[in-house]
Amino acid sequence: MKFTLSWLKEHLETDASLDQIVEKLTMIGLEVEAVDDRAAFKPFTIARVVSAAKHPDADKLQVLMVDTGKGDPIQVVCGAPNARAGLVGAFAAPGTYVPGIDVTLSVGTIRGVESRGMMCSERELELSDDHTGIIDLPPETLDVAPVGSSYAAYAGLDDPVIEIGITPNRPDALGVAGIARDLAAAGLGTVKSPAIEPVKGTFPCPVKVKLDFPDSQDLCHAFALRMVRGVKNGPSPKWLQQRLTAIGLRPINALVDITNWLTFDRNRPLHVFDAGTVKGDLVVRRAHPGEKLLALNGKTYEFDTTMCVISDDNGVESLSGIMGGEASGCTEETVDVLIEAALWEPLNIAQTGRKLAINSDARYRNERGIDPAFNVPGIEEATRLVLEFCGGEPSEIFLAGKVPVPHKLIDFPYSEVKRLTGLEIGADESRAILERLGFEIEEGDGAHAKVKVPSWRPDVEGKADLVEEVMRIHGVNEIAFTPMEQGDRVKTKILTTGQVRTRNARRALAARGMLEAVTWSFISAEHAAAFGGGQAELKLANPIAADMSDMRPSLLPSLLAAAQRNADRGVDNVALFEVAAIYAGDKAEEQHRVAGGIRHGTARLTGGGRHWQGAAAKVSVFDAKADALSVLEACGMDVSKLQIFAEAPDWYHPGRSGTVRLGPKVVLAAFGEIHPLTLETLDVDGPAAGFEVFLDVIPEARAKATKTKPRLDLSPYQAVRRDFAFVMDRDQDAATLMRAAAGADKKLISDINIFDVFEGASLGEGKKSVAIEVTLQPTDKTLTDEEIDAISKKIVENVAKSTGGVLRG
Amino acid sequence: MEAVGAAGDEAALEAVRVSALGKKGSVTEQMKRLGAMSPEERKEMGPLLNGLKDRIGSALGARRDVLKRAAMETRLAAEKLDVTLPVRPSPSESGRIHPISQVIDEITAIFSDMGFEIAEGPDIETDYYNFTALNFPEGHPAREMHDTFFFNEKADGDRMLLRTHTSPVQIRTMEAKKPPIRIVIPGKTYRCDSDATHSPMFHQLEGLVVDKVTTVAHMKWALHEFFRAFFEVEDVGMRFRPSFFPFTEPSLEVDIQCDRSRPGEVRFGEGNDWMEVLGCGMVHTNVLRFGGLDPDEYQGFAWGIGIDRLAMLKYGMPDLRAFFDADARWLSHYGFRPLDIPTLFGGLSS
Repeated sequence: MKFTLSWLKEHLETDASLDQIVEKLTMIGLEVEAVDDRAAFKPFTIARVVSAAKHPDADKLQVLMVDTGKGDPIQVVCGAPNARAGLVGAFAAPGTYVPGIDVTLSVGTIRGVESRGMMCSERELELSDDHTGIIDLPPETLDVAPVGSSYAAYAGLDDPVIEIGITPNRPDALGVAGIARDLAAAGLGTVKSPAIEPVKGTFPCPVKVKLDFPDSQDLCHAFALRMVRGVKNGPSPKWLQQRLTAIGLRPINALVDITNWLTFDRNRPLHVFDAGTVKGDLVVRRAHPGEKLLALNGKTYEFDTTMCVISDDNGVESLSGIMGGEASGCTEETVDVLIEAALWEPLNIAQTGRKLAINSDARYRNERGIDPAFNVPGIEEATRLVLEFCGGEPSEIFLAGKVPVPHKLIDFPYSEVKRLTGLEIGADESRAILERLGFEIEEGDGAHAKVKVPSWRPDVEGKADLVEEVMRIHGVNEIAFTPMEQGDRVKTKILTTGQVRTRNARRALAARGMLEAVTWSFISAEHAAAFGGGQAELKLANPIAADMSDMRPSLLPSLLAAAQRNADRGVDNVALFEVAAIYAGDKAEEQHRVAGGIRHGTARLTGGGRHWQGAAAKVSVFDAKADALSVLEACGMDVSKLQIFAEAPDWYHPGRSGTVRLGPKVVLAAFGEIHPLTLETLDVDGPAAGFEVFLDVIPEARAKATKTKPRLDLSPYQAVRRDFAFVMDRDQDAATLMRAAAGADKKLISDINIFDVFEGASLGEGKKSVAIEVTLQPTDKTLTDEEIDAISKKIVENVAKSTGGVLRG
Repeated sequence: MEAVGAAGDEAALEAVRVSALGKKGSVTEQMKRLGAMSPEERKEMGPLLNGLKDRIGSALGARRDVLKRAAMETRLAAEKLDVTLPVRPSPSESGRIHPISQVIDEITAIFSDMGFEIAEGPDIETDYYNFTALNFPEGHPAREMHDTFFFNEKADGDRMLLRTHTSPVQIRTMEAKKPPIRIVIPGKTYRCDSDATHSPMFHQLEGLVVDKVTTVAHMKWALHEFFRAFFEVEDVGMRFRPSFFPFTEPSLEVDIQCDRSRPGEVRFGEGNDWMEVLGCGMVHTNVLRFGGLDPDEYQGFAWGIGIDRLAMLKYGMPDLRAFFDADARWLSHYGFRPLDIPTLFGGLSS
């Protein structure tokens, strides 16, 4: 919403400076987004061409002597065809910045002739696109604006333009009069909006209006129409053109300019029809499917039955409350004009405007809500202006429908102001503020009131709205910073278990040299499908891009793609992780918290790439496994209680992947090298290893009665270590071997460490050798050789039984 | 004795020892002759010889130490390495925490100190939680301003959406627990909009306080405390402007004081500029009702702020889109070391 300072002052009697007004507007909720003080126009002055002679060396140039009001006439070289002796225009002296050509003038020489300034065109001043010639003012201009005086003052260009952002709840502030009311209520002057006098019609309006909504919701509540016949349309007065231009509107003709004026002056959008083009009466109705209109913006729109149109015997003449039709628009030839002021259903205007993608000032206002009480005054004021500018004879007003009279009463204890804001202000002041804003106190004692909401405030519905009115006008700054009560300082837990795990997983993985990424929650359908996703319920209806269409079933595709992007930029061997949600369905409980990561190329724990101590090896399943286990440990799992299964989802290498489980069923994590086919689908160069830990699946630690750690028993007796190497089938897994060995004496065996795994021809086809170091830790006495031998024998027997492994000779 | 000093290595030294103190050494030979001497001679020669033996012995020992040390020094000199060769970086130094996570941790540290808990909710939401229960009437233009991502309509006509703000968690929390409520809600939010300052996915921090006493005055205090703590400055000027949001009434927008006079850098707590940073207000009576609370009994405030934006303001990243690109160079530069854990006692940032 834009307006100028002088425009505001037609509605507000005030001594306040521009700065004070701007500050106050912002602080009462009408946020000033920009102020153009138009200082750029200040240097331009009124000047008169004394003589014009042909340039000696250029056909299209003239050498002007210009009277600028300062001393002798000044020589200016000018290329404008309309430059001539006697012309009165706008002069820019050397040193002036000319916005339209983005140049600061200096004394120049043009084809050998000195030029000490410039006579400007409208385009050079950015007033219009007109560059056919320099500004050519009527000679009588000099009577009001002598040579040397400010061109800006003459042309109304010294009037600062204020632009404010209006929140959707404040349609009343979409008119300058409403803004003045708010400022006056906030103590910045008094309202002096001109009173509106009814204009008496001399004949009945010859065109009638029918609101035709027989069996559906009324899309139009009231429609006032009046004819003014015998008008002489033409340019509107200079003051009106200047104001419209200042706020960025193009003056068209008096009839159209009047509608724009009332739109911004009083937030009363109007429409004018050229009555000569209207055939029969007007019918306001839902559009028939396929009906079309060439609108005033030159575009043709096609309607459906949800939309409301104004039609006559010719068909659709106007799209209700949004934009008129080209055919019935007013031109300089218009003789009889029909003025429309209607009250439309705001929601319908919003929906239609959105569907057709029309953003007009009328739509903007009609969808936010027009003051119904101003419907008839609006058409009266328009009539007065038409008569003033264009003459003519007014008809009576024809009113279809019924102007709704809102009568919203709110029970308001004044104590609500303190209850919600903490402001200690008296009931008297609250009451005074509300009354200044146009609220009426219908009844009430000192503490309590029934407040009637003015017709222009559709947003005010309850007590809290009234509190806001009092607060914003009294001043939010008046509210003191007041510490909140401390509350219960010894809280049980600030974070949920899930949040704690998220934090721990992040820090654990970053401590393993990985970079935390945050990637989109949506990926392409193809990538989702490759990781078990792509369900219909997880597909976006309106994705922002084709490759961002499906909620991701896994973090891996995003991370793998990111690794490849890095490689493409020349950053190889990245290790990335993310802790975020994956989606198994669209229900809240189907969103799972996952810590996932990938290592690409040689990005191992100790760093990737070449190094003088030896180049890093390619990442393998064991790097991913170590990452996964570190997350589980960071989330409080005792890793020794977990089992590793050599089975993992399809996107992992079938022989180099696994899952970490608690018991046979609960899968806590999956890890492994990424399947070459998956890499191909994602267009990622291998090798890559990755993991996902399902943080929600980790069981909650049992609440403990005490934080005391279990007692530490340190045995005084020497531990004994024995090495064994077993030859067994290649398919036998290490976990079975370790379990079997440990089973030989669960109490005495405190540790088993695999220190060598070896495959070779010497062992025989399909065989491997696994060497373990077993630690025996006695707690009550030193072990004898016989005891050690007995346990060793048991270990060998157990291993043979479980794995078929035999002690290597 | 001279021979001891002249011995160049341990073997030569041993030869000297043998020649003097060995079984047939010169001193040993003399000692052997003591037995044949008269008591007077023995009394004179005995101590003399023993003294000689001791002197030779300790000279040998001293010489041996010197030689051993020299040999070690020779070996050590040969073992010299070029210690300027680079070592592998420590993983805990090369890993990084994303700025968004770090800022969430910073915010958590601040608000937990003010007695807030951290709450969360799902990304995929219903229309009810995202709009209706937050007082966005059906068909209201404010809904359109949210540029919502929708999922395909289901057979029953229901249509899920990606939450456009973290505010649905307000309702979910009110449904789940009775006041007093003090929560902050960090999380992902989505709008179908993309340019340098808008991303289809971004992060928001929602706050909610509901009890029987909290007012705008408390809200001003809490947010002021937050910004002082977050930007780590003594004080920061704040401006609360009346505004509009469907789910709060009264509603306010907040500007903070800043200095943008240095290129590429914003300083908070000084300067003459204002920067809009968040929206807040008293929880709308309709929202309290949707949360199952009586608005005449309960009251409180809520706010929402962009986490990504806070990170950009504090740490100076220029482009929001880079947050989600996983460029290792960007992550290494703007990310945080895993052991830099924000705390109030140790400073939020180092």
